Amino acid sequence: MSMDMSQFHGVFIEESQEHLDEMEHLLLALDPTSPDIEELNSIFRAAHSIKGGSGMFSFDALITVTHVMESLFDKARQGKFNFSSHIIDELLIAVDVLRKLLKSYAENTAIDWALVNSATASLEVILDPDCRPEVQDDKKGYGFFKPLNSSNKESSKHEEVKVEDDEGFGFFEPIGEEKTTDKEEDFGFFVELDDNLSDSNIAQQEISNNQDDDFNTEADQSTAQADDSTDQITSYSPQTKSASPSKSITETKTKADTSESSSIRVDIAKIDSLVNLVGELVITQSMLNLIGDEITGVASEKLHSALSELERNTRELQEGIMSIRMLPMSFVFNRFPRVVRDLSKKLNKKIDLTIIGGQTEIDKGLIELLVDPLTHLVRNSLDHGIELPEVRTANGKPETGVLTLKAEQKGGNILISVLDDGAGLNRDRILAKARENNIDIPEHPTDQQVWQLIMAAGFSTAEQVTDVSGRGVGMDVVKRNIESMGGRLEIFSEKGLGSSFQIRLPLTLAILDGMSISVGGQIFIIPLVNIIESVQPQSAQLKFIGNEQVLDLRDAYWPIVNLSHVMDLEPKSSLITEGILVLVETNNTRFALLVDELIGQQQAVIKSLEQHYRRVQGVAGATIMGDGSVALILDAESLALKIDESLKQRVEYDN
Amino acid sequence: MITEQKKDADSQNGTTHEYLTFILGDEHYGLDIMKVREIRGYEPVTKIANAPAFIKGVLNLRGDIVPIVDLRLKFDVGEASYNEFTIVIMLHINDRIVGIVVDAVSDVINMKASEIKPPPEFGVAFDSQYLFGLAPVNEQMIILLNIEKLISSQELGLFDSTALPSE
Repeated sequence: MSMDMSQFHGVFIEESQEHLDEMEHLLLALDPTSPDIEELNSIFRAAHSIKGGSGMFSFDALITVTHVMESLFDKARQGKFNFSSHIIDELLIAVDVLRKLLKSYAENTAIDWALVNSATASLEVILDPDCRPEVQDDKKGYGFFKPLNSSNKESSKHEEVKVEDDEGFGFFEPIGEEKTTDKEEDFGFFVELDDNLSDSNIAQQEISNNQDDDFNTEADQSTAQADDSTDQITSYSPQTKSASPSKSITETKTKADTSESSSIRVDIAKIDSLVNLVGELVITQSMLNLIGDEITGVASEKLHSALSELERNTRELQEGIMSIRMLPMSFVFNRFPRVVRDLSKKLNKKIDLTIIGGQTEIDKGLIELLVDPLTHLVRNSLDHGIELPEVRTANGKPETGVLTLKAEQKGGNILISVLDDGAGLNRDRILAKARENNIDIPEHPTDQQVWQLIMAAGFSTAEQVTDVSGRGVGMDVVKRNIESMGGRLEIFSEKGLGSSFQIRLPLTLAILDGMSISVGGQIFIIPLVNIIESVQPQSAQLKFIGNEQVLDLRDAYWPIVNLSHVMDLEPKSSLITEGILVLVETNNTRFALLVDELIGQQQAVIKSLEQHYRRVQGVAGATIMGDGSVALILDAESLALKIDESLKQRVEYDN
Repeated sequence: MITEQKKDADSQNGTTHEYLTFILGDEHYGLDIMKVREIRGYEPVTKIANAPAFIKGVLNLRGDIVPIVDLRLKFDVGEASYNEFTIVIMLHINDRIVGIVVDAVSDVINMKASEIKPPPEFGVAFDSQYLFGLAPVNEQMIILLNIEKLISSQELGLFDSTALPSE
């Protein structure tokens, strides 16, 4: 019996988290009036799997809650149970409780039994409102379990049925059965909780006294019995009381959402090492190509056809391995129905959430980094963007606002947009706020420039600080996060029609489209996203501002950054007219980078310099060239710091 | 930590430890062979701007971008010439790989802890805190380096100080 089960805990917890995500997702999509039987089956299976697994590991708190949930959904899928928006709320709360419990088990912290009991109690009330007199009859402390018991007898009948139509889960059945029939031993842990139980009993009795009340008050009373530590529940109960059904959430469903895909869990480090190895293979392959060119004669032709075969194979292998890292955007998007549902209730707004392009694939590394900025943007749109229903109708708009989350692939980029049809950004108020906060405002600012102001640190346009947003912490952090991913944030807004926040990201963090250039015999890569164009400067185009030279191109002045100075190299020629100026744009500024020559466009596999060395100013990372040498990838943002501050200002004024 | 304990145990029961010896100028140095990943010839490196002269730059070691330090420049000994005989010792320290350029690699020697004499306060080209000890071998004196401490020192500036594991 002393088999070490703990090695499986991680897997179970990860799987359960996925089941909970799925459960939440399905619950949100569930139509209370005519629930889809397939969806109910899926939720049931999710609850059942968690229960089964918890049984194996004796995660008793999880068993208790999932067991009731399971019974509930079992009843529901027999059509013996009617959902309401309120019941779905309760179930969502139960999912939150399960998350919390899972976290406690994962971190080996104490289980909050009060939370477990109150969640179970409120679920049981939903499950079987008629069994309450029974509870009253039996005051031995086990009475608490009566409803569970009776529903169990019922459900055990269904379980037989289920085994037939649901073979795959039969494996877990013995555990479940054992746990439920042998209750006194296996649920023995409840004995020490007698105090709580009798509390709950009182709660049940109280509830039974007001039998005519609707579920709302029943649930509230039973949750009110839970002690203070059940913050999660208590924080929800005001909502359930004021549960104005002001939400309706729709989602563009795709087949892939419900179909179960077969997948395996792989350590990300293993994939990274594969990516690395393939990168090496690509380099070796291009070395072979170089050698192949030197070979002449009969063998040459054979070699070349073999080499081109190898080239195709390596390219496909590289694409295949890179795609392992890719995940659909729905991994991020799927958490938003819940956010929108909760928030729209809190704000008393009616909001439809539409998700488009959830299947668009994006690098896993980016997915994790995207969650925070996106959540912030969504909350912003809900709080500031979309107006209250009254305001909307007064302005001749439909009562229900629409929030759209959209992901699409555009060239080498992923474009993620958060769109709302709300009031739009208020130009005058932003300008006034900016003046108030002493933020630099350009003269005669364009709309674009005004919208950029909200991303200044400490800026908030909210008239009052709410707990949803408006503390002024935010857009600057969002912008910084997005920039750290090599992306950029664009804002579009039309007064009265709504606003759109667009995040443009590279497809992956691991590969970058770049232009290779050379300076003083060394090769550098400039990210293509930063490059506007390249020019060979004529002496007539070079002007002086003070001692600094600038490029005068089509009536715009570009400060010149000499890469050979920055990188401490000897340029091929000291004359600017003999070099090439690459016009570079960053989020904050534009400048012309002086290089010796352009070599060509190429994809670069990004390698970190920090792994074995340290951060280098002006350099974002390194890559390995076809001949095995290392080329540094330039960081346009930090190169822009090399522009003389006074020069930058004068150039901006001249523009 | 484990290696430290192992060393202690080794010194008690008198088992031997292996050291790779190399030459810098006229002096013979040795370092713990367990830190050595491989020995290579010198290849052209990619220069890093604004780095001290003894950091030659970075090179590609089978997919890893690895910095190369010329100890001869750092300690101001020997002749910093680069040809097909120039040697780079790739070291594996704190999960990082660093290459050091030396004049020549001479030998691998076995040494008992009891044979190693404590280091003097001065008399070598660099700070004595990076010394592990001195060992007489075949009428020569070998300076044993605490290479881990040297490579991860602030002085070399190879790593960001924040990235160093705290001890």
